[in-house]
Amino acid sequence: MKAVWTIAKRELVAYFTSPVAYIFLVIFLLLTGFFTFTAGSFFERGEASLAAFFGWHPWLFLVLVPAVGMRVWAEERRSGTIELLLTMPIAPWQAILAKFLASWAFLAVALVLTFPAVITVNLLGSPDNGIIAAGYLGSFLLAGAYLAVTCMTSAMTRNQVVALILSVVICLFLILAGFNPVTDLLTRWASPALVDTVAAFSVVTHFDGFQRGVIDARDLLFFLSVIGFALFATGVVIRGHRSG
Amino acid sequence: MIRIENLVKTFGAKRAVDGISFSVERGEVLGFLGPNGAGKSTTMRMVTGFMPPTSGKVSIGGHDVAESPLAAKRLIGYLPENAASYPDMTVHGFLNFAAELRGLDGAARRKAVGHVVELCFLESVLRQSIDTLSKGYKHRTCLAQALIHDPQVLVMDEPTDGLDPNQKHEVRNLIRELGKDKAIVFSTHILEEVDAACTRAIIIDRGRIVANGTPQELRAMSDLAGAVTLQARGASLERLSSLGRVEPVNGAFRIYPNDKSKAAELAQAVVELVNLHGWKVEGMYSERGELDEVFRRITLPDTAKKT
Repeated sequence: MKAVWTIAKRELVAYFTSPVAYIFLVIFLLLTGFFTFTAGSFFERGEASLAAFFGWHPWLFLVLVPAVGMRVWAEERRSGTIELLLTMPIAPWQAILAKFLASWAFLAVALVLTFPAVITVNLLGSPDNGIIAAGYLGSFLLAGAYLAVTCMTSAMTRNQVVALILSVVICLFLILAGFNPVTDLLTRWASPALVDTVAAFSVVTHFDGFQRGVIDARDLLFFLSVIGFALFATGVVIRGHRSG
Repeated sequence: MIRIENLVKTFGAKRAVDGISFSVERGEVLGFLGPNGAGKSTTMRMVTGFMPPTSGKVSIGGHDVAESPLAAKRLIGYLPENAASYPDMTVHGFLNFAAELRGLDGAARRKAVGHVVELCFLESVLRQSIDTLSKGYKHRTCLAQALIHDPQVLVMDEPTDGLDPNQKHEVRNLIRELGKDKAIVFSTHILEEVDAACTRAIIIDRGRIVANGTPQELRAMSDLAGAVTLQARGASLERLSSLGRVEPVNGAFRIYPNDKSKAAELAQAVVELVNLHGWKVEGMYSERGELDEVFRRITLPDTAKKT
């Protein structure tokens, strides 16, 4: 575990020593503000909740999370440092986990910095803060799922832009499988059981519960297994291009 | 310390490394020579455990790299091609990171970092970030990383690539110095490095070992080895040809021995001939053979072997 901590620490420091981290944080906060208060019509809703805030996260993260994670492996491969890292006396899974956790921690920082939204809604009314906490947990898990997918695509290429595009496409599928306009379209020609099965693979389906304040073990399991699967796939990809 | 048996690596249909075996003991510096694309880097990547071989075995200090990778990797210091390092880190941060991954903590880590900083002359750039360094400093930073845990085995992929002549000289001296109590393998395509730093050299071509020996032995494979070059007023080709094949070179004559093992006698015979005819000698020397000629001869395809 010590090696995991060493690598994660290095990754996290690397985020904050480059201007990219600060640019990302500013953009993230501006966009959440815009989507919550303007596009999400926070004030017109007349309810003390952050539904307008969380509802946009699957879409907002769709671009922002891959932007954070795209460099994780692609940059190591481009610069050749992957050779340095993987010839250290560590197991590959330690490096994979460490890099994922560091980027996830960075995204957690971004989420924590949205606290003014919580203060605002508490000043204006008396919301159920339990629902808000569940919403944050859901958002964090959602970000983790997208991030793990991005780690996987990042390991596939030495080009960060390719990694970004691939992960956006995969994450878009994860949204659309449970997105109402799409499921409505599917129900016209597919059996309801099939539509439900497809929708069960969607992050939206599992994210909804958290927004309502319900922490369902199945939803937790879904996100954790997406993360686990994608990180496992990252390991396979990395082993694959080492063996040529 | 390093034992390699029948190592094979294929990429698709291409056999990048095709049955290489050698071993390196403590106190040896092995130069790994070969044209670009001969399989040098691929072999080193398999030795360090970065790439699994298609077949064959690598063992480091008795630990099989495939079966107990961590134990083997602990014994190795590795300088990858182009001396890759994290550009956003400072030299100090980078060396500490490497030391931490090598399991060094607290006072041991400070001591290890201090030692390699001194060894690689990095004092003046310690707090600078790596992307602001010149190529020579970047190289030495990565070399320092490879030495941080005082490894018993040192593997270096083109350690002098891109350095200026002074830096090359320093690195070669360092390699020779370190080679006294470590097993070292380094690849290069600069032949003078073999003389400067190696106790033994292997030449590989298209994935196979084509020559293996001390620098002297390799040099002796040269056609030139044992030839005598004579520059003397009055000397004539006809008279000299009684001793062996003679070739005029820039106003001098080069006499090749008929039998390489009798090189010393050839020199004596030339001296006798000179005395007999009373030629005025301006220069005379015995050739040791040239490595680059040997290298060219054994690594070029057959059609190009002439000249």
